Amino acid sequence: MDWEYAPAPESAAIGRIKPRYQMFVDGAFRDGRGSDLVTLNPGTGEQLSTVSTASSEDVDEAVAAARAAYDKYWSKISGAERGKYLFRIARGIAERARELAVVETLDNGKPIKESRDVDIPTASAHFFYHAGWADKLEYAGFGPRPRALGVAGQVIPWNFPLLMAAWKIAPALAAGNTVVIKPAETTPLSILVLAEIIADADLPPGVVNILPGAGDVGSALVNHRGVDKVAFTGSTAVGKAIQSSLAGSGKKVTLELGGKAANIVFDDAPIDQAVEGIVNGIFFNQGQVCCAGSRLLVQESVAEEVVAKLKSRLATLRMGDPMDKNTDIGAINSALQLSRVSALADSGDDEGAERWTAPCAVPDRGFYFPPTVFSNVSPAMRIAREEIFGPVLSVLTFRTPDEAVAKANNTPYGLSAGVWTEKGSRILGMAAALRAGVVWANTFNRFDPAASFGGYKESGFGREGGPAGLGAYLTNAEDGN
Amino acid sequence: MSDRIAVAKTYKLFVGGAFPRSESGRTYQVTTAEGAFLANAAQGSRKDARDAVGAARKAFGSWSNATAYNRGQVIYRIAEMMEARRAQFVELVAESEGIKASKAQVAVDTAIDRIVHFAGWTDKIAAVFGGANPVAGPFFSFSTPEPTGVVAVIAPEEDSLLGLISVVLPAIVSGNAVVVIASQSRPVPAVTFAEVLATSDLPGGVVNIITGSAAEIAPWLASHGDVNALELTGAEPELRTALEQAAAGTVKRVHYSHGTPDFFGDPGTARMRAFLETKTVWHPTGAVSLSGGGSY
Amino acid sequence: MSTTNVQDDSQNRPARNRAGQDVTGELTRASAGILPAHLADATVDESSLKRFLAGLPGVDPVGLEQRSAGLATRSIKRASKLQAIDLAISMVDLTTLEGADTPGKVKSLAAKARRPDPDVPETPTVAAVCVYPDMVATAAAALAGTDIGIASVATAFPSGRSSLQIKIADTKLAIDAGATEVDMVIDRGAFLSGNVGKVFDEIATIKGVCGDTRLKVILETGELGTYDNVRKASWLALLAGGDFIKTSTGKISPAATLPVTQLMLTAVRDWFDETGELRAVKPAGGIRNTKDAIRYLVMVHEVAGPQWLDPFLFRFGASSLLNDLLMQRRTQLSGHYSGPNYVTVD
Repeated sequence: MDWEYAPAPESAAIGRIKPRYQMFVDGAFRDGRGSDLVTLNPGTGEQLSTVSTASSEDVDEAVAAARAAYDKYWSKISGAERGKYLFRIARGIAERARELAVVETLDNGKPIKESRDVDIPTASAHFFYHAGWADKLEYAGFGPRPRALGVAGQVIPWNFPLLMAAWKIAPALAAGNTVVIKPAETTPLSILVLAEIIADADLPPGVVNILPGAGDVGSALVNHRGVDKVAFTGSTAVGKAIQSSLAGSGKKVTLELGGKAANIVFDDAPIDQAVEGIVNGIFFNQGQVCCAGSRLLVQESVAEEVVAKLKSRLATLRMGDPMDKNTDIGAINSALQLSRVSALADSGDDEGAERWTAPCAVPDRGFYFPPTVFSNVSPAMRIAREEIFGPVLSVLTFRTPDEAVAKANNTPYGLSAGVWTEKGSRILGMAAALRAGVVWANTFNRFDPAASFGGYKESGFGREGGPAGLGAYLTNAEDGN
Repeated sequence: MSDRIAVAKTYKLFVGGAFPRSESGRTYQVTTAEGAFLANAAQGSRKDARDAVGAARKAFGSWSNATAYNRGQVIYRIAEMMEARRAQFVELVAESEGIKASKAQVAVDTAIDRIVHFAGWTDKIAAVFGGANPVAGPFFSFSTPEPTGVVAVIAPEEDSLLGLISVVLPAIVSGNAVVVIASQSRPVPAVTFAEVLATSDLPGGVVNIITGSAAEIAPWLASHGDVNALELTGAEPELRTALEQAAAGTVKRVHYSHGTPDFFGDPGTARMRAFLETKTVWHPTGAVSLSGGGSY
Repeated sequence: MSTTNVQDDSQNRPARNRAGQDVTGELTRASAGILPAHLADATVDESSLKRFLAGLPGVDPVGLEQRSAGLATRSIKRASKLQAIDLAISMVDLTTLEGADTPGKVKSLAAKARRPDPDVPETPTVAAVCVYPDMVATAAAALAGTDIGIASVATAFPSGRSSLQIKIADTKLAIDAGATEVDMVIDRGAFLSGNVGKVFDEIATIKGVCGDTRLKVILETGELGTYDNVRKASWLALLAGGDFIKTSTGKISPAATLPVTQLMLTAVRDWFDETGELRAVKPAGGIRNTKDAIRYLVMVHEVAGPQWLDPFLFRFGASSLLNDLLMQRRTQLSGHYSGPNYVTVD
């Protein structure tokens, strides 16, 4: 029987999108001196709102405000009091969760079910988790007298706008730092709603400052002399530029960069769940995830079965209006990103890989790229080596576990990896052998504030979440020895 | 005093557990603090550094896979071997640094004690910096620290022995392999330390010691694609900045002491942590009943 | 297989044919389909069967449950909801399986099956009524002239604890009284003790007794303990010729759940991909409201495929579900909420 699900759109009105947003500096919303940016709804390609952006003078003022807040207030109050502010923010996010989900989906293009079920609740959880650390830093394992670094300058990407803001702001504040943060140019809205929540929480002025803008604002921020700590999440290319430009500055830096994760399926895997894991691994958030399982390494003896089941599963994915509650695959964040994904996918054709595209109807407006699987991929192809950051999976095969490890580790990246096997000893053996910061065994793309996340090799350094993530914002007297 | 003519030692590099001359064939004169000739040291080259990285990479696999208990015993054995040569080191440090024997004695004793301290860290690191993560879902998640890989180190110029040990030991305790450029002007204690390492149970290649000019050699290490991290406490500020810039090319981890380090003070954990990666592993729980994988 | 006398004459023939010659010598072939070699080989003897079942891919419970939970978030609105409600009604095996069942109760149930919502005559009829064997004749009389099925539980329902002879007789009793569908239970004790040959033979034998009468094989998943066992039992039942695999008797908790049904839908889908045969699934027990039923239909749609959105291939074993479906149907049509006093008690 044909059974078409009727459209089930979430109401855009819940997002209360304003025609124009301002930056948040020293506890107040005000216009920046940069030119306004226009943010689009990637689902439709239409204008969503305009946002005032910061200039370098605004960066100066924001850093000064953060310094003053640090000196006069934030470094003086007890950890317990800091924690209470963070608990308030966690609750504030939860209370406005539905609104935030709508804002996130309208601005980012991700399916509403993901912003509703993943991004927003996890953002709240990050504040809740770190709130509890604020008065327990002595017990976090970094030495007996931990202290904050001062002012943290943070730059975040567009793939998880609010969640990345939470990953950055929550540990910084819990450890006692103040923050100046720049959201991505294409997704500035949800963090400005967070600014309202922060203001409503009565967080003292200057403790968190939010500066929308493009790369120049980020560059001015991370290179600012008044910034003691830099945290960046984004591309490896920009991460390298930041690391290089900060050479000699003495700033503590953490970088969370790109990835090219191998998702390794053995012949004794729970095949149906592995297929789900492959789908979740590369098509979650349209594949715009630094830890996406973009290289499927499947044991030759089950490759045919796994790929057949995968394609049959992909045929059930529903691509379209991100606001529809039944949408599985939403929009690519921007026209620019869409063109990057298309170009890399085309290189797969050129280099002789075999492209398969899920039979999804592509909407006639907005930025969409249907789930795509390349088979007959060899390790030398660009689609097997470069981060695509889109819904494109490259399928490679292997014969033995050793070969799987060698192929999985054969990349300058090292952010994440997946392993699918029912053999316990092999799970632990593979987990140890893979040079990646996160290994998901018989699951994929799991995130939790209590579990640290971050890369090996060119995927960056430093961790976010867990005690290790907290350590990125702390120092000790003994550290100088 | 005897009229016997002493047998002079040729000071060589220490790479992969062997003592080669520099491939360049170059040497340079090392003097005491007072300017008297002490020895000819090998003037290491970029190719020596390259070979050392190769040796370190080769050693990294087995050293990082050794049990923490085993690494602890091996490192403790280094202290034992040094203790036996305590007098020799006191003499060399005093000569090299131009300090009194009593002061050199303190430095040597602290260095040996520091090795013992780090020998005891090997099997604590995972427990202190890792653990089970209480995630909100039906998963067992744990985080465990792992060594970063090959660490290139510039040893402090002044503290010829204690400085060297303070920057090398925190890297190797967790399983990293090291290429260290010794103090250029005071390399003799470092090369003698290499002899200790060679007679200890430390596998060849875990620590490789190059003598020569950091300014000449270090840039090759900082830009080397198979070096994972830099320890630059011993680098001059200008060189350090250049090396930091080069490190960005492959996103190397960089650590150095801010301000003047006190090698006699509490070494803390920052340097050890600088060369650790946290790996987080997740696995579903359950498979015990039909109702909820999360119940067990 | 060890517990019946079929093994002697059956080494190279498909399982269901073998079973068809078991015990009475007058049983019909369970299926005309020719199995692919690896499936036919699986039923050569008990050790082959054991190896085959052990070789099925494992099930990761968390991943399985997360897929179910994900599908449960589908939002089914307006026309697609009304379509789902009508489909669900047409899939109900309206069930009464009480010690206190009487002809009066069964007649009332049959009346409900014929006209679920007397005020709204165009409401679809249910797929079948499901009763104990001794009530089949009553049900058959009450449903005469309709195409509503008469399903009967059999084989010492619900425990399955009796001899094969009794189970055969139980089945014949139901069929002779007019049952058009038989819901048998498997011997869970035999399954759990590793005696899968016995389970296989019993299913095959009963299928032989059934002939063209469609056989639903109740796995009683709540007693199987693990998802891996549910998968194995599903394949066992499919190999032995069951037309349906059914979750539960309704007497054991947990009864039907979304993850268990997902596993069974995956099994019939895989069976179809390997053999070209369409087999059916019936969750039973614990499905009480429209929201639940729609979640099951979403799962049928997306796990097995749209082909299975058909009462021939999917059923709900339920009693109170029907009234909720009827209330929701009225709500969809009238635009305001209905209440329990506007649908009939059965």
